[in-house]
Amino acid sequence: MDKFLDRLNIYASRLVLQKEYLMPGHRACQGCAEVLALRLVAKVLGRNNIIASATGCMEIVSSPLPLTSWNVPWIHVAFENAAAVASGIEAGLKALMRKGGLPQQKINVMAMAGDGGTSDIGLQALSGAMERGHDFVYVCFDNEAYMNTGIQRSSSTPFGASTTTSPAGKVVPGQTTWKKNMPEIAAAHNIPYVATACPSYPFDLMEKVKKAADIEGPAYIHILSVCPTGWRLPPQLAIHAGRLAVETGIFPLYEVERGKYRLSVDLPELRPVEEYLKIQGRFRHLTPEMIDKIQQRVLEEYEKLKKKVEMTNEG
Amino acid sequence: MATRVGIEVSIAAAEAVKQANTDVIAAYPITPQTHIVEHLSELVNNGELDAEFVPVESEHSAMSVCSGSSAAGARTFTCTSSQGLALMSEIVYAVSSLRLPMLMILANRSLNSPLSIWNDHSDVMSIRDCGWIQVFVENGQEVYDHVFIGYRVAEDRNVLTPFIINLDGFVLTHVIEPIEMLDQEMVDRYLPPYQPLYRLHPNQPVSIGCFGPPVLFTETKRAQDEAFNSTMPHILKGWQEFGDLTGRYYHPVETYKTEEAKVIVVTQGSLGETASIAIDTLRGEGEPVGLVSIRLWRPFPFEEFREAVKGAELVVVMDRAISYGGPGGPLAGEIRAALYSQEVHPRVVNFIIGLGGRDVAPDDFVQMVQQAKARPGEWYEIYGVRE
Ligand SMILES: Cc1ncc(C[n+]2csc(CCOP(=O)(O)OP(=O)(O)O)c2C)c(N)n1
Ligand code: SF4
Ligand SMILES: [Mg+2]
Repeated sequence: MDKFLDRLNIYASRLVLQKEYLMPGHRACQGCAEVLALRLVAKVLGRNNIIASATGCMEIVSSPLPLTSWNVPWIHVAFENAAAVASGIEAGLKALMRKGGLPQQKINVMAMAGDGGTSDIGLQALSGAMERGHDFVYVCFDNEAYMNTGIQRSSSTPFGASTTTSPAGKVVPGQTTWKKNMPEIAAAHNIPYVATACPSYPFDLMEKVKKAADIEGPAYIHILSVCPTGWRLPPQLAIHAGRLAVETGIFPLYEVERGKYRLSVDLPELRPVEEYLKIQGRFRHLTPEMIDKIQQRVLEEYEKLKKKVEMTNEG
Repeated sequence: MATRVGIEVSIAAAEAVKQANTDVIAAYPITPQTHIVEHLSELVNNGELDAEFVPVESEHSAMSVCSGSSAAGARTFTCTSSQGLALMSEIVYAVSSLRLPMLMILANRSLNSPLSIWNDHSDVMSIRDCGWIQVFVENGQEVYDHVFIGYRVAEDRNVLTPFIINLDGFVLTHVIEPIEMLDQEMVDRYLPPYQPLYRLHPNQPVSIGCFGPPVLFTETKRAQDEAFNSTMPHILKGWQEFGDLTGRYYHPVETYKTEEAKVIVVTQGSLGETASIAIDTLRGEGEPVGLVSIRLWRPFPFEEFREAVKGAELVVVMDRAISYGGPGGPLAGEIRAALYSQEVHPRVVNFIIGLGGRDVAPDDFVQMVQQAKARPGEWYEIYGVRE
């Protein structure tokens, strides 16, 4: 598996269009897999794409006045409202095109936010936009904490992780809650398309973005975005860590298309979670018991997911 | 041509939003604004208004949807009250800084707590410095007219600033009044389609709402301040041309019997009509009393106000909101600021009245004027408290 994907990577530059819409020169940290994911997403959505961005790392690194990294129309209004701003753009374009104020044309509308802007403060706006059925693609860049403000915990921070507001203390060993299952929350809205992705699997990610854009109605993509700065990980291990997250079953890659679940990378055997945890400073303090607990949980969740695949593909 | 009809003010306001050929409406229900959104939904669902009605899950999202639709170049409307405004206020400030024109009708209602669905001005005063053009209206005709005026001014390329119409909850929103409705042809003549200077569109990519590092933040804010301060002539032009079309002329400060007045009562919104009855009574008794109603709240018409109260010895300001720990109500604070630079200026007395729907009758104005005359000094008082 590993080798196969490595080989694909070699050919990546040839298979992928060269045109960029998120330009070089942005201020993201070295090895940031979030900005890598964003670059790939922007590449797939192409020129006819309007982006509504939430506040967060990606907004800050790409738009310091008087510069911009954006080669497509882009707007940032606030932290928690990317889905609502995108709803407004979609509604505005729809009305104008219907009434003759703008020529008819396929323009994709994309909303983007971090895990904080999605699963915490922006959840209500996102739920509303998905429920109303706007034709847009929502991308959550999940680096598992509020990185922009200095690595504070979010509801997407995994169990055990040490952050600046869930520090590994003498009494409380880091994050005490399990990661909120945001893709499932999106899927519960019965929208036409939900997927998880990771830039360590660039082709899978790009295919999913393409699908999301082509499908009419709301689409939600949840991208695990390794953040070397926040995860206390050497930048050169960012892609590797994304692979391990998938191969351990911690972050399974799957899609839910019109209610049908499909595993994108179906591994015959999962690697032990410890391989993933031990390379990251945020998990350094974990005891063998805690690692065991995480291992159990991951296996259970993975089984649940496989059952959903079976159940939704029967008959 | 225009037709005069008896109609509920909220319905008339919604009809104006329709006649203005609005593209996107995003709003969330809250008393006393509800009749406006309900009627708009009806117009859209009956095919009488070709617009996207976005039934958002909160006011925060209402204002956010409006920011997106205005940035896409669509004519955009919302309306709210009280808690709804408070919830959306984060985005209210952002929208004006992004120079996104849109129209909001604010059916004024008090802010919690205690919960009150009734009318005062504490909601709008909480966003006083938000960078929107803000007007107050006194009756249904004025709100109907200002829908067209508001869009016209907000979307003017020299302005590109959102616009709020303050309309007193219940006492205006829920009453039936005779209103002269404009013919569509008149509306179209006055209000051209919105032609944005920039819009979110692939043909000309722009980045809107960037991160402002300290080296540039002050400069962006000064640009906004200058732009806002230079909206005044365009507002006046909007009013002038509307007057030429309909015969109804509006002014930043409306005056009533201010000639030779020694005492001037200052109000905002629908209480102006009540106060004018008291002015008639007092004038009848030989008292030189006049009335000034502040129509344009932002940008504040300092010059026009000073002109209107010239020669007065006493100015009695009626506020409908409290500024806790401040110099009285927010309107009085502004008026003192307006008069401070004058070599001789009138004494300013401030009453806070009509909180949370408390009735203010013409006789109350007479009482307040007498009290203000009798008691020396500058002071404020919450009037009509039941001891
Ligand atoms: C209403 C509001 N609350 C708090 C903030 C401060 N804030 C800005 S970005 C951010 C965290 C962003 O985290 P996330 O969404 O996960 O994105 P990341 O930076 O990790 O990519 C916070 C807390 C804000 N801008 N607005
Ligand atoms: S803090 Fe993390 S997510 Fe933010 S730019 Fe740096 S590496 Fe990327
Ligand atoms: Mg984050």
